[in-house]
Amino acid sequence: MTMPQVAPISKLKHKDLLGISDLTPDEILLILDTAEAMREIGERPIKKVPALRGKTIVNLFFEASTRTRTSFEIAEKRLSADTLNIAAQTSSLVKGETLVDTALNLEAMAPDMIVLRHAYSGACHLLSRICQAGIINAGDGMHEHPTQALLDAFTIREHKKRIAGLKVAIVGDLLHSRVLRSNVQLLTKLGADVWVSGPPTLMPPGIERQGVRRTTSVDEAIEGADVVMLLRVQLERMQGAFFPSLREYFNVFGMTRERLRRAKSDVIIMHPGPMNRGVEIDSDVADGPDSVILEQVANGVAVRMAVLYLLAGGAEHETAA
Amino acid sequence: MRRLLKGGRVVDPANGRDGSFDILIDGERIARVGKDLPADGAQVIEVPANFVVTPGLFDMHVHLREPGQEHKETVATGTASAVAGGFTAVACMPNTSPINDNAGVTEFILQKAAHANLARVYPIGAVTKGSKGEQLSDIAELRAAGCVAITDDGWPVRTALMMRRALEYASMFKMPVLEHCEDPSLKGEGVANEGYHASVLGLRGIPGVAESIMAQRDIALAEMTGGTVHICHMSAATSLRAVREGKQHGARVTCEVAPHHFTLTDESLATPVSYDTNMKMNPPLRTASDRDEMLKGIADGSVDVIATDHAPHHYDEKKMEFDLAPFGIVGLETCVSICFARLIQPGVITLTRMIELLSTNPARILNVPAGTLSEGALADISVLAPDLQVTVDPSRFKSKARNTPFGGWQLKGGVAATIVGGRTVYVNDHASGAERFCP
Repeated sequence: MTMPQVAPISKLKHKDLLGISDLTPDEILLILDTAEAMREIGERPIKKVPALRGKTIVNLFFEASTRTRTSFEIAEKRLSADTLNIAAQTSSLVKGETLVDTALNLEAMAPDMIVLRHAYSGACHLLSRICQAGIINAGDGMHEHPTQALLDAFTIREHKKRIAGLKVAIVGDLLHSRVLRSNVQLLTKLGADVWVSGPPTLMPPGIERQGVRRTTSVDEAIEGADVVMLLRVQLERMQGAFFPSLREYFNVFGMTRERLRRAKSDVIIMHPGPMNRGVEIDSDVADGPDSVILEQVANGVAVRMAVLYLLAGGAEHETAA
Repeated sequence: MRRLLKGGRVVDPANGRDGSFDILIDGERIARVGKDLPADGAQVIEVPANFVVTPGLFDMHVHLREPGQEHKETVATGTASAVAGGFTAVACMPNTSPINDNAGVTEFILQKAAHANLARVYPIGAVTKGSKGEQLSDIAELRAAGCVAITDDGWPVRTALMMRRALEYASMFKMPVLEHCEDPSLKGEGVANEGYHASVLGLRGIPGVAESIMAQRDIALAEMTGGTVHICHMSAATSLRAVREGKQHGARVTCEVAPHHFTLTDESLATPVSYDTNMKMNPPLRTASDRDEMLKGIADGSVDVIATDHAPHHYDEKKMEFDLAPFGIVGLETCVSICFARLIQPGVITLTRMIELLSTNPARILNVPAGTLSEGALADISVLAPDLQVTVDPSRFKSKARNTPFGGWQLKGGVAATIVGGRTVYVNDHASGAERFCP
């Protein structure tokens, strides 16, 4: 069995994690390696280490989120950080306070890190410019969701022991997906052969310039694939008539057992959630033996512990690895 | 009061002049232009030989924000910004609050302009009441009050039928219809040029065709009706193609390009990735090939006008998420320097052509008394300093607003002084020799 690619560096030289686009391949590998060590903490009877004791972390979520917010909160608590959650309306304007003012008010109370989820692309960059606190992007609009891509890579590496050279097919609503954008950045940086597929109406313009192959034939995309990643069809964004009906979407792009026969026999099936069963993914596939969807969720905690540790505590500690 | 501008390079396309001439100003008008004019009791201003004396620059597309949005700009601050940018006149867009769709608003603007007493202000009236696209404004009334054209700028004229009527009706006053070309359905919720960069940044795109499809409609209607359409702030290569074709077929169509559209591209959004809202304007910064096509159009004459689309916003409004920040940037105080740096120094066009684009042509299109240094004309004169080293410092803008993507840019070429109606209204402290123009 081949050994995983391992990072030759031991520190992240960033204040923030705004996107995978800011990370080098070595930094990505460092986060993944650190996450290996972090996962072990979650397997102990007492799942807590003092690495971030005395650090204050604010989870500022302007968009509904269960998985990501919970995952960050568990990660923070396992590292002994003082953590608080602020769930706001989708737009800060609803409250009459701007995002900048909200951030400046939080900043006045001197948190060490702010984990931000926001409906608009670039919101984390805006905060990064005005805050001393480190900013972790927990999803900004259609831009990036870096910790999701990192936990996806962690999961892939766990199963395949490598990323370079794997054929990864990403299928679904590519246009509106921040998960897609982060995964494309990460997987191409680590040398995967990335294919994207979906209806032409949901293809981000110029995506092929990011070093991926695009095709509207889902069968071509998954032919011989090591990894098939389904993206949520964002029903709430579909008023624009991007495709005729959910039924037709499922017929053309839905991932079924039959269709999956084109992939490698040891293919793994991934989905960032929340799933629309019977739309982008058949329940047989979601619940089937190839599915690693719940492993992704489990790995999310370890990966977020690694990111928090490397950004908030890494400068003062030896790496856990 | 008589003033004699002695020497300097006079560039006056309307009279075919490019050379060293003297200009005698008597009161608010130009009395004589010639070589070695006698002082004859006039105040003599020795124009430095490296200065260029031109007919007053005229920006036919600015937003002065008054009435209603005085926190962004006022007629007084907007015209102060204009003269500091070398403009002796501006035409202001009607998307104020309330909309300039009646004589009351027009007269209010003119009153504020008279009070400010800096640049001349030519209001532009709304095509339709409230710019809602449903009912024509009282265009004769607007004309009588002082409007020089009509537009629903900020929005396109919604239906082809309404545009047809506007072109037909305005033609009786020989007024052009200025169109903000944009198909609303193709624009959607877009905030940046549709393409690779918006895609990577997760920003909704506005395709260039959203502009050109409307330009094509309007040009076809101009051809059909014999009316005159002017395409505002053109940004897409496909729009320029439509304008060229329209002109070939004899349609009465003219167009303008803003400095940022012949200077910047959508790559500015990504280098570095900062979601800088001073890079957000409508139409958006396009691709390098669109930008290059704008430069070609400027060089070959298919572009008629350079206009800034000066769009001041309060810093609170721009310090927002990219999606929520308003479109638009200020342009009056950087235009001349950008033109020198991007058009003159690289040899894209001559100085004569630059003055056509910034003065002669907009004056002709809007049929206002400007754009010429003829004897008897208003003594509206811009004095430019092609060798001046300029560092763009938004904190020194005369405009109320600071929303420029050019902050910190170092450029060669600027404004030395601005004269309106024979009176010096702006002198640039940084341009040595400009102090000679002080009143």
